[in-house]
Parts: sequence; C-alpha cells; structure tokens
Amino acid sequence: MEFFSEISAVQNIIYIISSILFITGIKMLGKEDTAVKGNFLSAFAMFIAVAITVVSVIDPLILLIGIALGAIIGSSIALKVKMTSIPEMVALFNGFGGLATFLIAWSEFNSIPDSLFQHILIVITVFIGGVTFTGSLIAYGKLSEKIKIAKTSIITKIFTTVFYTSLIFLIYSIVQPVMPILDFDFFTVLLVLTLLAGIGFVLPIGGGDMPVVISLLNSLSGIAAAFAGLLLLNNVLIVAGSLVGASGLILTIIMAKAMNRSITNILFVGYASSSTSTSSEEQGEVSPISVGDAYLILESASSVLIVPGYGMAVAQAQHVVRELGELLEANGTEVKYGIHPVAGRMPGHMNVLLAEANVPYDVLAEPDDVNPTMDAVDVAVVIGANDVVNPSATEEPGSPIYGMPIIEVHNAKTVFVLKRSMSSGFAGVQNPLFFKQNTRMLFGDAKESIGGLVSEFKE
Amino acid sequence: MDTYMLLGFVLILSIYLGLELISKVPSTLHTPLMSGANAISGIALVGALVLSTNSNLQGVIAFFAVTFASINVFGGYLVTNRMLKMFKKK
Repeated sequence: MEFFSEISAVQNIIYIISSILFITGIKMLGKEDTAVKGNFLSAFAMFIAVAITVVSVIDPLILLIGIALGAIIGSSIALKVKMTSIPEMVALFNGFGGLATFLIAWSEFNSIPDSLFQHILIVITVFIGGVTFTGSLIAYGKLSEKIKIAKTSIITKIFTTVFYTSLIFLIYSIVQPVMPILDFDFFTVLLVLTLLAGIGFVLPIGGGDMPVVISLLNSLSGIAAAFAGLLLLNNVLIVAGSLVGASGLILTIIMAKAMNRSITNILFVGYASSSTSTSSEEQGEVSPISVGDAYLILESASSVLIVPGYGMAVAQAQHVVRELGELLEANGTEVKYGIHPVAGRMPGHMNVLLAEANVPYDVLAEPDDVNPTMDAVDVAVVIGANDVVNPSATEEPGSPIYGMPIIEVHNAKTVFVLKRSMSSGFAGVQNPLFFKQNTRMLFGDAKESIGGLVSEFKE
Repeated sequence: MDTYMLLGFVLILSIYLGLELISKVPSTLHTPLMSGANAISGIALVGALVLSTNSNLQGVIAFFAVTFASINVFGGYLVTNRMLKMFKKK
C-alpha cells in the first residue's frame, strides 16, 4: 500500500475506527433521543483521530500550543454565548473551519505540487475554504446585525462583481500550469480574490434567505475538508468532510423547498421586487384589538396554535410566550406551536429559542401536521411571523411567494397577529392575512403584548 | 493517480452515505445537526497537524491552521452540547 506510505498502519486503523464513529455519531445526531450521545461519539471520534496524528508529529510542541489556544478561545466563546446568538456563533465557527482548509491548501501549494491533478485540487480547496471563511464572517456580521449593507448599495455591487471575476480567475488558476499566459504570481492573486469573493457571495443575500446560506456554507466547509483530505491523502478527512458536506446539502435543500425556490434563485437572484405591487389591491380595513379583548377570546378558546417568527427572536419574547402557553394549558386549552422550517434566520432557529425557554419539543409541530386540522383551531397567535403565514402563497398565483408551503393560519377561527407595524415581511410582499375577516391585529412589541396577556391571566 | 481514484471513490461513497443517513431529520434538530456537523468539519485539524513546517512561512501557516481548526472543534462540540441539553420532552 505505497500510497499510504506517510501514514502508518496503526494510524490508518485508528482513522478507520474514527470514521465509523463519525458516521454513527452523525446518524444518532439526527434523532431526538440519541442526539446528545451522537454528539459525544463524534467528539470522541475527533479526539482519537487528532491524538493519533499528534503522536506521529516529530516536533509537536508548537502545534500543541496552537491546539491549546484554539481550545481556550473556542470553549470560552461556546460557554459564554447566549442561546439567542447561536446562529451567528455557528457561522463564526464554520468560518474558522473554512480558514483552516484554506491555510492547508496554501501550505500544500508552497510545498510545490508534483502533478497537475494536485495543483487543481489545491486551487479548488483554496477557493472553497476561502469563500467559506469570509462568507461565514459576513453571515456572522449580518446575523449579529453588525453589518447592515443593503443589496442595492454600491459596496454590495462592487463585491458581487469581484465574486464573478474571481470565478473567471479560478478557471485561469486551474489551467495555469499548462497555460501560463502571463508571468506573474497568480497564486497570491488567487488567495486575495478568493477571500474577497466570499464577501461578494454572501453580502447581497437578504436576512430571510439566511437559513439557506448558513446551511450551504456549512456544507462547503465539509466539502473543503474532504478536498483537503484528497490533497493530503488522508481518509478520515475525506469521510468526515463528506458527511458534513452531505448534511449541509440536505439542510440547504430542505430550506429551499420550504421557500418553494431554487437554490440558484436564492443565491443569485433574490426576490423579484418588481412584481410585488401587483398583489396589493386586496387592501382593506385592518381590525386592531386590545390586549384586554384578546385575553377574553383566548380565555374561552379550547385550542390555540402559536406561530412564531423572526419577530419573536428580535423581541426576545420566547420566555413570555412559554409562560402564556403554560397559563393557557392550566386554563384547559390545548396549546400547540406551529414551526415553519424557514422561520427565523437559520434552520431550526425557532426550535432552539423555544427550547431555551423550556418549551418541550413534542408540542412543536411542522406545517404538515397543523394545516389539516387548522379549522378546529380557535385562535392562531402569530408572533412576528409574516411570509410563512401569507395566504398569497396558496391563493394568488401571481405572487412572488406563490407555491411556498405556509402555515395556513387564515383557516383558523380567529387569528391574532402580533406585529410592530404594517410593514411587509422579508419578501416585500403585502400580506392579505392582515385584512381578513377573522384576523385581529395586536400592534406593539411582541414581548410587551404577550406580557400583558400573561398578567391578565394571572389576575 | 490510482490513489486519487480510490480516495475519490471513498469521497463519493461517504457523501452518498451521509445523504442517506440524514435525509429524514426532524426540524427540531436542524440547528443542532448543523452545529454538530460544523464541529465535525473541524477534522481539518488532522490535516493541519501534518503540514510541513520547513520554512518560517510554512510554520506560521501550520500554526494558524491548527489554532483555527481547534476553535472550530472545541467551540462547535460545546455549543452543540449546550443546545441539545436544552431540548426536553414533555
């Protein structure tokens, strides 16, 4: 087995065991009952793979310092971060993984590739790793609201242009060894362009499309690691990287399906803003409601569905929502939560927030579970969600969001919409739900409104 | 080239295996799965550890690659664990 000449037999056996543990771990991570164990298993797989590698390094001191440093930084971020900041943390960690593969490929280039195939692998790994790195940093900035640059801004346009330029340069870099047209240090240019490309890739993508981008970046970091594995002829990198690539890809597809849009549309087009004006004739009177009246209706309801959206995250209302849910249950009302897959800014965002507030996960239902019985729901309480409950998606073939699977709250007997103002959602589409006969608008900050309902119940 | 063919085969099979394993994940677990997978992508650490450190530049690159991959590994697993601990059944 000459191709494993640099890796000893023992090391390879450990790598295979590690790969098996990774596979089992990620499988267990996909089921509620076994998820915690799965995560431990995969951490153990990581430990043995790293340990056997460190043992084989001739002079590991400086690298051990690096590991210790990373352990301190990583652990302190992970243990301090508030649960509400999880989306941006995941993006940040993901970026660091991308940076590591970027550096690996750079280093391998400096060691001088000995075949064209290796050269191509290096160039592609640099590109995927680099785009993952800066792209994740921008996603981090957007999610933590440190970066607020509009899609139409000139800065966004410049970076988008750089992104497309970098794709052309990527192709040149791939063929460079056989076609050195110009004599210049193309690799340095590639390194810089790649990092800028990541910025240009994520910058134009809007907040509501973030779940897709985060999943995709997640997938890319895995693919980058798998390519680095090909480069270093290391099988555990290939297996583990591929698993991550696959899981990220699945999430990306689930998110895109939940929006009824193609991945290319989300990444490179965005919502067509021109077609939005057509659907807004259906305006009419909205019927506001006071907290006191809302309480009376909720008090006599026998079944309530709570539908949270990004607005709940912004208002930090998850704890009062849980309190309201418990009070309703104590009052004999059946309470369920309807969670749309793309509600929020990352896959599963609402689930994490509600779990943080101690809402048990078995009362969280997906659209397919709640829609068929919607007409039996007395009150649907929509908290800071908009596009995911927009009936245009089922009723108006001309609407930009037509065909998107929604939570059909408009079929409930009464709908409360908690909202700050009448502004439209991320898609920029007017929401006819607000004007329906059975809809009551409860204007104001979600946390205050729900808090008001909670104190009414307590009196 | 044979080596690459073989490892490419491993790559394709692993992706396929991953797709089969995770295709039916409940939406409750979307975030933990993403975060847990993210920690696994820190496997780049193993690659970073075997990089050449012959020149100063190479040494610096290897050091940073190891450090950042470690942040990914430790941060990723701990955040995932914290998150999963919050999920409770009724």
